[in-house]
Amino acid sequence: MTPPIGCGEAVRRLWEFLDGGLDAADHLQVEQHLAWCLRCCGEVAFARELRGLLRTRTGITLPDDVRNRMEHFIDELGEETEERSRP
Amino acid sequence: MGPMVGALRPSERAALRQLARNELPRLYALARRLGGVDPEDLVQESLLRACRSFGSLRDLQAGPKWLTTILTNTWRDWLRKDLREPDEVPVEEDGPFSLYRTIEEEDPYPYSDTLHVDVLGAFSEHDVREVLQRVPPRYRVALVLRYIEGYSTTEVAEMLERPPGTVMSQLHRARHRFEREMWDYAGESGLLVGAAAGEGRGQREVGS
Ligand SMILES: [Zn+2]
Repeated sequence: MTPPIGCGEAVRRLWEFLDGGLDAADHLQVEQHLAWCLRCCGEVAFARELRGLLRTRTGITLPDDVRNRMEHFIDELGEETEERSRP
Repeated sequence: MGPMVGALRPSERAALRQLARNELPRLYALARRLGGVDPEDLVQESLLRACRSFGSLRDLQAGPKWLTTILTNTWRDWLRKDLREPDEVPVEEDGPFSLYRTIEEEDPYPYSDTLHVDVLGAFSEHDVREVLQRVPPRYRVALVLRYIEGYSTTEVAEMLERPPGTVMSQLHRARHRFEREMWDYAGESGLLVGAAAGEGRGQREVGS
């Protein structure tokens, strides 16, 4: 039997819980807390959304002009390294 | 001038260039997200460093992660001063902020059944990128590597040369800071005003 944890502790562990980053005992404690605490269930759903937003809504595309310059740079990468890095 | 580095063999050179080409979009995005420096310069300097230490890459499969580590370290070298600067928000205030509870208490969408989702929905890609840049660099790097690049806490710890426990608490504070910046940004840029006072704003636009 694992000792119960309060909302504060459950919330503190939420993201690691979602990531599977907790050890088995800590994970179980959060699960047991979520089994009866509606509010923390809301927090879990929200944390999941927020984490998803961080991943999906920070998209950055490589602009064409940067790509062209960088590909040119890469084409010469490894050629006379010291020569090219000299100011 | 550093010491002369032995030139790469043609096969190594081809492998490095191929790897760099494949990883270019991701490296550029990573550089932009880490922020605070010119992303193109950062990628170029990182590739030059990669070139000089190509011998340390034993397995090409590990190439993407190896480049991430080099770019992150280059960024840290460039930002060393900023990374050391003390945070303007005191520790005790930083911890407890919860966006979930703040939304609940402030209730910006009084008639909504999906209050929390609505608030997140108000943030465009531009907004989220802006919020990320408001998070101090040493927290931002943890968020980017862990939650955007998707490396495990252990891998992030290796990349940042910190004990995993330190990275865990860094992430913990970073998440709260991100949530706080989300809320502040929403307030400053009037992101949530439209919802509660949508009609009022429409009328103003018509009247003007
Ligand atoms: Zn609870």
